[in-house]
Amino acid sequence: MKNRPFSKLVFVIVIAIVGAFTLNSCGSKGKQEAAAPSLEITEIDESVLQDVKTAERIFYSLPSPLESAMLIKSAGARFDADFLNSTDAVSRYSTNRDMALNLGIYTCDLSFSSLYDQTQLVIEYMSAAKKMADGLGILDAINEETINRLEENVNNREVIMDIVSETFLNSNSYLEENEQPAIASIVLVGAWVEGLYIATQLVDAEEFDSNKLVGRIIDQKLSVGIMLKLLEDNNDHPAVGPMIDQMNELKAVFDKIKISTTKITPEIDEETNTTVLRSEVTTDLTFEVFVELGEKVAEIRNSYVN
Amino acid sequence: MKRLFNTTIFLSLMLFVFTSFEANAQCKGFAKKVCKAKLESFMHDGNYHAAILTEGEEAELYKTFYSGQEYRMAICGTDNLPPIEFKIMDANRNILYSNKDHDYSNTWDFSLESSQQLKLVITVTTFEQASEAPASGCVSIMFGFKID
Repeated sequence: MKNRPFSKLVFVIVIAIVGAFTLNSCGSKGKQEAAAPSLEITEIDESVLQDVKTAERIFYSLPSPLESAMLIKSAGARFDADFLNSTDAVSRYSTNRDMALNLGIYTCDLSFSSLYDQTQLVIEYMSAAKKMADGLGILDAINEETINRLEENVNNREVIMDIVSETFLNSNSYLEENEQPAIASIVLVGAWVEGLYIATQLVDAEEFDSNKLVGRIIDQKLSVGIMLKLLEDNNDHPAVGPMIDQMNELKAVFDKIKISTTKITPEIDEETNTTVLRSEVTTDLTFEVFVELGEKVAEIRNSYVN
Repeated sequence: MKRLFNTTIFLSLMLFVFTSFEANAQCKGFAKKVCKAKLESFMHDGNYHAAILTEGEEAELYKTFYSGQEYRMAICGTDNLPPIEFKIMDANRNILYSNKDHDYSNTWDFSLESSQQLKLVITVTTFEQASEAPASGCVSIMFGFKID
């Protein structure tokens, strides 16, 4: 009889711990419900996100550093190392927030350098990213073998890209699986902001109307809502709240850009077994809003690197 | 008696924690070794999306895809799971692609005329013959693109 209250207490504690682990291992995030829009010509804002369901697991996927760099390159942009974060700054980053943000930033700079065959910079940025990953306790995401492999293949872009992709996968899978999704999301946001910063800096005023990169910058409006959901899901980390405030300021500028799309029609090419999603999009970015956007992005990015 | 009870609880808890971490580690290995290989000549973007799901459970993913890029999406489940169904939807819940119409293929190659934010809905189907313990395993989602 004497043992009963104690047993009950142990039972309750065990159930609570098991419950907490179950939720963690399933990676369950906050589940939200909202009404779906019903327009044929849709103004793209967060319309897909307004239909978030109650699934067991919800992923908010931002463009990876490699994808951001590839989008800049495919728009025909030039390479300019002046817009990248200096590798001399690594010693300044000592908090988890700073190391996570700059792991993302350096990985984006690494991706950008590798796409433009900047071999010496590739090695320097990989070393800087390694220091950030090591500081965060991410075991073996980037090890000496990675650096050696990189040095042996400096002239093979495809292998270098593969190494960059693999090291980023190692870092974010380690963080996700070691119950550090907030740090993983900070890394992703750092990389996304760096990509957007480089893109905005590379647009010259004279070529605003004809620069393909402007279209890619407008496209980033589509990821702002996803990024905010990702951060809101991790708001229990003290560094995330101020980042959400900054991102809401960025969203306010992006909200001045209107993007409308016609209905998406899938067409299957039987020969290549590829689907082409056909639609037409119209946007209305003015140069004034572009300048405002560039200034806001630079302000946020500088708060990450300084 | 009390000591035996506490020891049993402690060992059960340790076993659960160990199993949970073990499952996660297996999921990571599965994503990197099995699912990434499905991307073939497409460059993996480096992002990691994987979770342990059980028969009948759903996952959703929200992502922006860009015009002019050639993408491959790979959705893989461990061998003990029934087929994984996936659908791509737009903002108006129109289904743009369903692998159910393509024999539950675990890859989909696509490109877009205009950049769009899309929603991916994944469902672990159920075995026809229900068992006492529903099957549970790792489901991984990977994206690859072509490099110019």
